[in-house]
Amino acid sequence: MNPPTHSNQPDKGFFSQLANSKSADEFVKGLWRDNPVFVQVLGMCPTLAVSNSATNAVSMGLATTFVLTMSNVLISMLRNFIPKQVRIASYVLIIATFVTITDYMIQAISIDIHKSLGAFIALIVVNCVILGRAEAFASKNTVGFSFLDGLGMGLGFTFGLFCIGTVREILGNGTFFAMQVMPESFEKWVIMVLPPGGFFTLALWLLIFKGYKLKKAAHE
Amino acid sequence: MNNESLWTIFINASLINNFVLATFLGICPFLGVSGKMDTATKMGAAVTFVMFISSACAYGIHALLTAIEAPFLELISFIVVIASTVQLVEMFIKKMSPALFKALGIFLPLITTNCAVLAVALFQTSKGYNLPQSLVYSLGGGAGFTLALVLMAGIRERLEFSEVRDVAKGTALALLVAGILSLSFMGFAGLGS
Repeated sequence: MNPPTHSNQPDKGFFSQLANSKSADEFVKGLWRDNPVFVQVLGMCPTLAVSNSATNAVSMGLATTFVLTMSNVLISMLRNFIPKQVRIASYVLIIATFVTITDYMIQAISIDIHKSLGAFIALIVVNCVILGRAEAFASKNTVGFSFLDGLGMGLGFTFGLFCIGTVREILGNGTFFAMQVMPESFEKWVIMVLPPGGFFTLALWLLIFKGYKLKKAAHE
Repeated sequence: MNNESLWTIFINASLINNFVLATFLGICPFLGVSGKMDTATKMGAAVTFVMFISSACAYGIHALLTAIEAPFLELISFIVVIASTVQLVEMFIKKMSPALFKALGIFLPLITTNCAVLAVALFQTSKGYNLPQSLVYSLGGGAGFTLALVLMAGIRERLEFSEVRDVAKGTALALLVAGILSLSFMGFAGLGS
């Protein structure tokens, strides 16, 4: 599904763009209609790998949101200067730069989070969501729209990770954001925090979303 | 320095910590190209080749960047090396077998953004492997990726002929199958010690 292009519109100021309803739409579409995790099924590797607890899932989501927004803005600024032939290489370099910044930033904020996310911070570089948005959106749209698109997609991604992380943490560990929520007698489903649990939880969410969609389509 | 024997590293990378089913690397091509057995094998071979080359380059880059004390350039250099290797493989396949080039489609350039390839470079550095260890690690990782892809393709070829309810068609079903495969790969966990 290709987003509409706005490149033929006259270049307006950033805030006047914010005011019209189209920009609100660019922001909201990433949260729900084109949600990167549940609808586009992109960026599966970090989605499954770091969603074993809600804390990990949210910090990974926010790190990705930062990289996505910043790289969208920069790529959109440079979209008229980057030659078509080397665009993917240039995008990857821009993304890698922001990921390096994020890596050092997380290390400065919390060593614990840095340890539990491990190599997956560096692997944000190869998250298909980011390169996908750069190619499909930021390379064709103005800075303001790209910023909103990046932010919306990033938060949508965070939401997806949060949904999976919550289920896995509550069932697998009996906790939610490291707080005990299940009664003492609750038998932990260890499988949920192990790799297979990631696959099963995501499959479950996809089934729920698909079922909801089919039901809605049948009603209309 | 790391003293693991080459054999241990290979078994570890291919079975116990299988890249796809135990560490969730390279899920996108795993779900995308595992429809047919034939394409799956060749995709596996292409990824293994890229891994092997980039692993050798990554070892050199790491040594160089440590010498000039610029570790923050590591990630950027790795990704550039991988992107160029993929470009090379793409031109090679296009020349040798246009049919295969067509079958792999968009997933060929997407090897660049295959996390498994970058992960080999990152993990071998963080584990402190020397050159032969790194190369064996990359081969093990590639073998594990190919194995997962081929297993999945075999199952999905059979699923084509079975009746599936609308709600489960597509990605959800593939993920469930992957979950069961991953469950069975956990059986290898005792092998390492």
